[in-house]
Amino acid sequence: MSLLQVEGLGISFGGVTAVNDVSFGLETGKIVSVIGPNGAGKTTLFNMISGVYLPKSGRVRLDGEDVTGLRPDLLAVRGMSRTFQNLQIFHEMSVLENVIVGFHMHERGPVLADLFGLPGSRRRARAAAEGARVLLERVGLERAAEREAGALSYGALKRLEIARALAARPRVLLLDEPAAGCNAVETEEIDRLICEVAKTGVAILLVEHDMKLVMRLSDTIVVLDHGEKIAEGDPALVSRDPKVIEAYLGAGTTEALHAHG
Amino acid sequence: MRLSPKQSTLLVLAVLMIASPFFFPSNYYYRVGSLVFVNSIAVVGIVILTGYAGQISLGHAGFLGIGGYACALLPAHFGLPPALAVVAGAALSGAIAYVVGRPILKLKGYYLAVATLGFGVLVSMVLANEGWLTGGPDGIKVPDPGLRALLEQVGIELTNPQFWYAFCGLVLFIGAWLALNLRESPTGRALRALHGSEVAARTAGIDVAKAKLNAFVISAVYASVAGSLLALQNRLITPDVAGFMHSIELVTMAVLGGAGSVLGGIFGAALLTLLPQVLTVLQDYEHVVLGLVMMLVMIFLPAGLIPSARRLLRGRGE
Ligand SMILES: Nc1ncnc2c1ncn2[C@@H]1O[C@H](COP(=O)(O)OP(=O)(O)OP(=O)(O)O)[C@@H](O)[C@H]1O
Ligand SMILES: [Mg+2]
Repeated sequence: MSLLQVEGLGISFGGVTAVNDVSFGLETGKIVSVIGPNGAGKTTLFNMISGVYLPKSGRVRLDGEDVTGLRPDLLAVRGMSRTFQNLQIFHEMSVLENVIVGFHMHERGPVLADLFGLPGSRRRARAAAEGARVLLERVGLERAAEREAGALSYGALKRLEIARALAARPRVLLLDEPAAGCNAVETEEIDRLICEVAKTGVAILLVEHDMKLVMRLSDTIVVLDHGEKIAEGDPALVSRDPKVIEAYLGAGTTEALHAHG
Repeated sequence: MRLSPKQSTLLVLAVLMIASPFFFPSNYYYRVGSLVFVNSIAVVGIVILTGYAGQISLGHAGFLGIGGYACALLPAHFGLPPALAVVAGAALSGAIAYVVGRPILKLKGYYLAVATLGFGVLVSMVLANEGWLTGGPDGIKVPDPGLRALLEQVGIELTNPQFWYAFCGLVLFIGAWLALNLRESPTGRALRALHGSEVAARTAGIDVAKAKLNAFVISAVYASVAGSLLALQNRLITPDVAGFMHSIELVTMAVLGGAGSVLGGIFGAALLTLLPQVLTVLQDYEHVVLGLVMMLVMIFLPAGLIPSARRLLRGRGE
């Protein structure tokens, strides 16, 4: 039994099917990538797995437990964390505070203790701040800690979201296009970071258009097209699959796909 | 040594509270001052609800009404000392906020605005129409809490306006301290997070519904205490305190001063309490000028008085 098990997941919006009957599994410490042309349904799939959308059909199991349609905060408690393709940043907060929010499950306590600023409340907040600084260092943003998050570049915000997601100490981490908008150096850093995180035993589900990154990192690739899974397997296998090549021909990314070889 | 934002806010507040009376030409100004404090207490509650958590309420004056009438009715019917009635009223307001908040905080934006507005109207209607209990539109008398007499016994002699100035000032100071504690705490951070992005807050494990309810209950308690203090010092409470206009005023004060900032909320409350007093010399044009001032502030200082001022100062410093 996989740590994360997706079984026949499907959803439609106003009669249009966005994702249909998608199944796959994800093991501890492994990296599974979901690829496919724009509009294939990758983000929608993420939203169903992470409880943002309620799937019309299918199941999501986390460590054997049926967690289909469970609220995102309850999924977070069970060890699922994610980042967002269209950045969900707390703009009014400092960079450091954005990451501290990621520690919420570990720093929360009684409301009254927080109101009265009791020592316990301050200790929890301090511990979270220390942890957040370590994570900022890990994603290379330690020097921006006190800046307002809204002032950061797109690539920096992508890494900030990863730091915030890691703060929750997830068992399963969903990354939606973490390298989008990043330059070559930043992409390199994200590559290294994802590898490191996987090595610590976190199961990673990755959506990414940067095929070089995907081919290098993935243990398994799941290919979506028009909401359907058209292929699944290791990078070498998938990049030779005629159905995959055909799906990508329209999108003009064939060269990228073969960059692996 | 550099002061934290919390310390500097409390320092500014304390200095203003203590220094202002030296410039009061007459006893009447203590009365105006305590009115500023009472409004500020309610507005600090709005700062938590709207400024931190980003949730709007157009019915918070309803909780002022509950707090105010608690000080009239509980002593009269249950023999509760008026000072304890403040606490009982706050508990009641908190409980009502919990029950009302659970369903309506699921709503967003203007739907939430209309639902809370409905709550406020409901409270003021009950207070105005159930004359057998509440005294109807003319209001009802409120007993003396006897706190001033207590102070006299230990040798502190204050006039009535002086006493209420000091007492409301103290309560405001505590209220501001609590709100500032909350801001940098896990609970307060969760509120500000869901304000920024609900979906990201949820993903971080924040129970958004519960967090909003926390903010709603806390802000209701602030409003209730403000209503109680108003009733006790006026020795009278009328349904107007719970009225729609008063709810709007509270939100306006918070937004004008800078909704996310405790000090901003207090400045907004001071401005909108004092300005009408100053502008009475303009007679017929009072409201025109008041409206104009509000519009100009929002056009030129869209973040509100205090946050905009801070930004300006910081801009110079760099
Ligand atoms: N909330 C929604 N309401 C209506 N349609 C939606 C919604 N979310 C997604 N869709 C539709 O579902 C389809 C899949 O979109 P999705 O964002 O999942 O694609 P994607 O694979 O992530 O694409 P990209 O690579 O551009 O990010 C699209 O046709 C999109 O318009
Ligand atoms: Mg997408």
